[in-house]
Amino acid sequence: MSVKQISVFIENKKGELAAATRYLANHNINLRALSIADTQDFGILRIICDDPKATETVLREGGYISTVTDVLAAEIEDKPGSMAAILEVLAEAHVIVEYTYAFLAPDGHAYMIFRVDDNAVASAALAGAGIKTANQEDLF
Amino acid sequence: MAKYYQPEFECMALEDMRALQSEKLVKQVKRVYENVKYYRDLMDAKGVTPDDIKSIDDIHKLPFLTKADLRDAYPYGLLGTDLKNCVRIQSTSGTTGRRVVAFYTQADVDMWEDCCARAVTAVGGTNEDVCQVAYGYGLFTGGPGLNGGSHKVGCLTLPMSSGNTERQIQFMRDLHATILCCTPSYAAYIGETLKEMGLTPDDIDLKAGIFGAEPWTEEMRRDIEKSLGIKAYDIYGLTETSGPGVSFECEEQTGMHINEDHFYAEIIDPETGEVLPEGSKGELVFTSLDKEGFPLLRYRTRDICVLSRKKCSCGRTLIKMSKPMGRSDDMLIIRGVNVFPSQIETVLIKEGYSPNYLIEVDRVKNNDTLDVSVELSPEQFSDTVKDLAIKEKALADAIKTMLGINPKVHLVAPKTITRSEGKAVRVIDKRKLHD
Repeated sequence: MSVKQISVFIENKKGELAAATRYLANHNINLRALSIADTQDFGILRIICDDPKATETVLREGGYISTVTDVLAAEIEDKPGSMAAILEVLAEAHVIVEYTYAFLAPDGHAYMIFRVDDNAVASAALAGAGIKTANQEDLF
Repeated sequence: MAKYYQPEFECMALEDMRALQSEKLVKQVKRVYENVKYYRDLMDAKGVTPDDIKSIDDIHKLPFLTKADLRDAYPYGLLGTDLKNCVRIQSTSGTTGRRVVAFYTQADVDMWEDCCARAVTAVGGTNEDVCQVAYGYGLFTGGPGLNGGSHKVGCLTLPMSSGNTERQIQFMRDLHATILCCTPSYAAYIGETLKEMGLTPDDIDLKAGIFGAEPWTEEMRRDIEKSLGIKAYDIYGLTETSGPGVSFECEEQTGMHINEDHFYAEIIDPETGEVLPEGSKGELVFTSLDKEGFPLLRYRTRDICVLSRKKCSCGRTLIKMSKPMGRSDDMLIIRGVNVFPSQIETVLIKEGYSPNYLIEVDRVKNNDTLDVSVELSPEQFSDTVKDLAIKEKALADAIKTMLGINPKVHLVAPKTITRSEGKAVRVIDKRKLHD
């Protein structure tokens, strides 16, 4: 099970992020989760929203460069060691984690997003360890 | 102390110089017409024969050569003699398309080194001097040219090549170098490094420097003179004619004396090709009067400058040229390397980028910087910073391979580089070298 994340190329300039998020807001797109990776020149805005397909179209029409990536959303308990436990499972399965970030879903559960090199292997390993991963619908 | 290396030419009366130039030109045109089919065709097309060239005053009848001709004739098309008579090549940096490969006979090398020896002597060099050559050695003409000139003068020559600045300073101190030859930006860098090492100009024995291969300002001259405790002299040249030493500065530091017994200079209107009178600003054109291997006639340098026969206090009668004040094409000189924006464009297209780019050149602490911004396409985008960083690095490496200088590459969003109605602004040169 995986969810669709949209990544958007944003130049690292004053107001660019505000403009991008305002643009999404004007098209009535609600951001469930968001993370930013930045370098000196540019940033990559990563978002999870309920209609990835529509969002992608909106972004393209707005002249933004974006791409859709399947990422894993693992439910995480609010207690010490939860994160370590998930990462240990992935490490044992020889899964490489590119990046990760957290958010809270309306159902009250916290989720960690994992971008990994092999979603199938990672999903199976997490399931085997009793760690729940979410579908797109589970998050809205 | 000898003030001139070859006073018989450097201080020749104008009348005698014209006679010498005439004699050499008549002979050179005959030889080129016979040996160089490419130029013979150009002359035939223009309806000029060697018989039409009776003196230097007839030079305007000859066709021009441009960089495009050099490209068309690459590599042997402009060779002036049998290859077996040639002993050396030198080459400019750049792409196959733009690369210049020049051939030298032993006589050509001797003449070139004599020209450089005149420059070394003009800054006070004698056989008691230690001359540190920190220009690059190899295909680039800087190192070999000044190396040869230094030998001819009899200086103890330190063939350092460029780079490894601390070692440069160590040799400079241990062997008491008195003359430094390199690019002005490298001289400035050596000056800064000296300071960083806690040393002052009093800790070194340098008295003069010969700096060229890239444009530099009077302000930079003063900085270098102060940081190294020397007098800094300009030198000019291009691979097409030989290399450094086509012209050189004397103690007056008010322009460069052209070795016009070997290189005849004209100033033309870059639009019409018309020869302009002395003192006019225009494009510099050189004719090699006695080169054998690569005898270019009326080669358009694209450098904009002014010629002057004003009497010089040094006693030399050789005509003087100003520092180049700009270019009549889009060539940039970055860290001594000739760069055409089209070279960068070629790399971008080859690497799968859009031809929408912006080149920004600046000079930070006397060092040239090259920034290339290019628009990212949707296909090239990735959700990880790592992938994009790899792309930037790969593009920077490809540009470095093409130009020999390291750029800083910036990936930018689509349609953010301004598209103008007419000629696109592809280059912003912030160095303000030609005020």
